[in-house]
Amino acid sequence: MLGRLQVPPTVKRGEVFAVRVIVQHPMETGFRRDVDGKAIPLNIVDHLACTYGGREVFRVEPGSGISANPYFVFPVVATASGELAVEWRDDRGATGRVAANVNVVES
Amino acid sequence: MKRRAFLVAGAGAVVIGARPLGASAQEVHDIRPILDAITGGAAAEEGGVDISLPALAENGNSIPLTVKVASPMNETDYVAAIHVIAERNPRPVVAVLHLGPWSGRAEIGTRIRLAGTQKVTVVAALSGNRFRIARQEVHVTSGACLDEGSL
Repeated sequence: MLGRLQVPPTVKRGEVFAVRVIVQHPMETGFRRDVDGKAIPLNIVDHLACTYGGREVFRVEPGSGISANPYFVFPVVATASGELAVEWRDDRGATGRVAANVNVVES
Repeated sequence: MKRRAFLVAGAGAVVIGARPLGASAQEVHDIRPILDAITGGAAAEEGGVDISLPALAENGNSIPLTVKVASPMNETDYVAAIHVIAERNPRPVVAVLHLGPWSGRAEIGTRIRLAGTQKVTVVAALSGNRFRIARQEVHVTSGACLDEGSL
């Protein structure tokens, strides 16, 4: 599954920066019908978590009330340079991962 | 007469198309059990939660939502979770977002679906088993799923 992650190119140590993530997923509610009138089964991303510096810094349990191609923006405190990764999973077990490097500079 | 017959047939088709799939999914849910499950029966304080939602949304499929909670976000006083509840959605719990002192700020953004004009409730679970609550009304011209003839 595809996703896109955006972090600032450099952040000062101790500064709060915004992480933006968007995942390509239909987020089917299970309430829609296809052209033949058959119900389209539920298919949603129900788990998404962000790890940075070996620790989970954000987690969300989305429901069907989150729009298609789920988008989240959340804050994280810059501690040390390293990888920031977002992983997600849908209710059918399909997973995805995006990662970016956070470059922390001394202020 | 031909035109009249056409209009009657058309109206019939619309009615069939708009029939709900589940048991009255557009109904306003009583969200008190959901709130109690979050707070464990504790009272949630009003204020300190800032919900940013458009007052009027043309379409319920993708409505930008920002939630800000006033909190120092340090090791002893922080926002642990933000619960978003839409009482008129077929599944009222929209999402649960978990934060911590490592977030630095209690501010999240996402895009949500709303199945019609309703009040969106946000409950912030703070450290020390404290809770804050806020509500914001959104007028939705055409709800999510409605245009797909299933809700």
